[in-house]
Amino acid sequence: MAAIKHLVTIKGVKEGLIFLLDDTCNFESLIKDLRNKLTKTHQNILSGPDIQVQVRLGKRTISETQKQIITDIIAKRGNLIIRSMDSEFDLVKVNDQPKLKMMKTIIRSGQTIHHDGDILILGDVNPGGTITSTHDIYILGSLRGMAHAGINGNEQSIIASSHMKPTQLRIAGIISRPPDEWGIEEAFMEFAYLSEGQMKIDKVVNIHRVRPDALEL
Amino acid sequence: MGEAIVITSGKGGVGKTTSSANIGTALALLGKKVCMVDTDIGLRNLDVVMGLENRIIYDLVDVAEGRCRLNQAMIKDKRFDELYLLPAAQTKDKDSVTPDQIREIILELKKDFDFVIIDCPAGIEQGFKNAIAGADSAIVVTTPENAAVRDADRIIGLLEAQKLRGAKLIINRVRANMMKNGDMLDIDEICQILAIDLIGVVPDDEHVIKAANSGEPTVMSATSRASIAYRNIARRIVGDAVPLMALDEKKGAFTKLKKLFGLG
Repeated sequence: MAAIKHLVTIKGVKEGLIFLLDDTCNFESLIKDLRNKLTKTHQNILSGPDIQVQVRLGKRTISETQKQIITDIIAKRGNLIIRSMDSEFDLVKVNDQPKLKMMKTIIRSGQTIHHDGDILILGDVNPGGTITSTHDIYILGSLRGMAHAGINGNEQSIIASSHMKPTQLRIAGIISRPPDEWGIEEAFMEFAYLSEGQMKIDKVVNIHRVRPDALEL
Repeated sequence: MGEAIVITSGKGGVGKTTSSANIGTALALLGKKVCMVDTDIGLRNLDVVMGLENRIIYDLVDVAEGRCRLNQAMIKDKRFDELYLLPAAQTKDKDSVTPDQIREIILELKKDFDFVIIDCPAGIEQGFKNAIAGADSAIVVTTPENAAVRDADRIIGLLEAQKLRGAKLIINRVRANMMKNGDMLDIDEICQILAIDLIGVVPDDEHVIKAANSGEPTVMSATSRASIAYRNIARRIVGDAVPLMALDEKKGAFTKLKKLFGLG
């Protein structure tokens, strides 16, 4: 073995230290490495005034007893104060809530709906109505008004609709007037996206090819 | 307790006042006690269409400001004993009354009448807010033109924001032959965009203009197609199930024939 894989990585940040614990090895070897780092190899660096410590467990989920073991080892140092101990699993849970927003409504003339993230409308967007989002827009209904996806400049955003008959489509900074520019009055089950600064339209079935990342968390 | 229905459209000139006059009169024809309220302060027309202009002594603003009692301002119709009109003021503007004052007046009227028909001014400003203040339900009038449908859509949105849901739609001035040729917006298309219940389709009829100019509501004529359409709308308002007449092609030919005999 050329190099021993470090199971515990210690990073210094403004608030203190971050302990990144490997999430692929078994718990015993992780504890061994942690104990080794704290009492032997990194002893000099870790001594001194009180330091705040964040423990990151990666994708590992641990039981209460295992959590206690880690806490005990770190607490032994005396000057290390554990501020948080969390796994990515918890973080993901917090993050995915506002990702895709669903709305049942008709956006009528003069009405505007905005959402940060992806939005799915169950209903129509009528002429004179506006829907904007920082990411994708999906419409299960007719899009007859204006839709602006990627309003903050995200060029990967798309606008998909069961019935496309928009007065205007905008993605990031590109504005398109479909009836004039595309030569078609309306389309069914299509989506608009940007390719080399140009707005293109394609069948909804091709979203997974054109934008494999769409709707991914 | 009666029902207060506001007749509105957003766009001007689509036939709000004509519809108000005719629906009001048609309901009176059905034996209902009806009061029509003109809220188009400064541009009142309902009294002219009804032929009651010369009987006005007090108006809506006088009632709101307490210069007269409500029943002093109400004008009894020439034709029906149980049809009344509360006219708007012509010398004031929309800001001279508040939605609360109108709501109070409508509430008072609802105690005595089966139906209170409120004629709304064009636009979405103060006049509109006044008109919808006391209403229990709404009828939106549109014509088969893009501009009118856009405005109707806007109005429906504003009505819903004011918790006036379940608005009904009247499509006015429909020309069957133009619709057939695709030169005019299709009824189905309009209904799809606006997504509210259709309560009537009124064909374009010269008789409406003639009637309005003579101060006689169209529904008083038994033969005019618009008259039949308005009578049907009134019957639907009171709860009868009446099929739509102008939608069916066969019926279109039939009514044309009837027009040939009836109007010459």
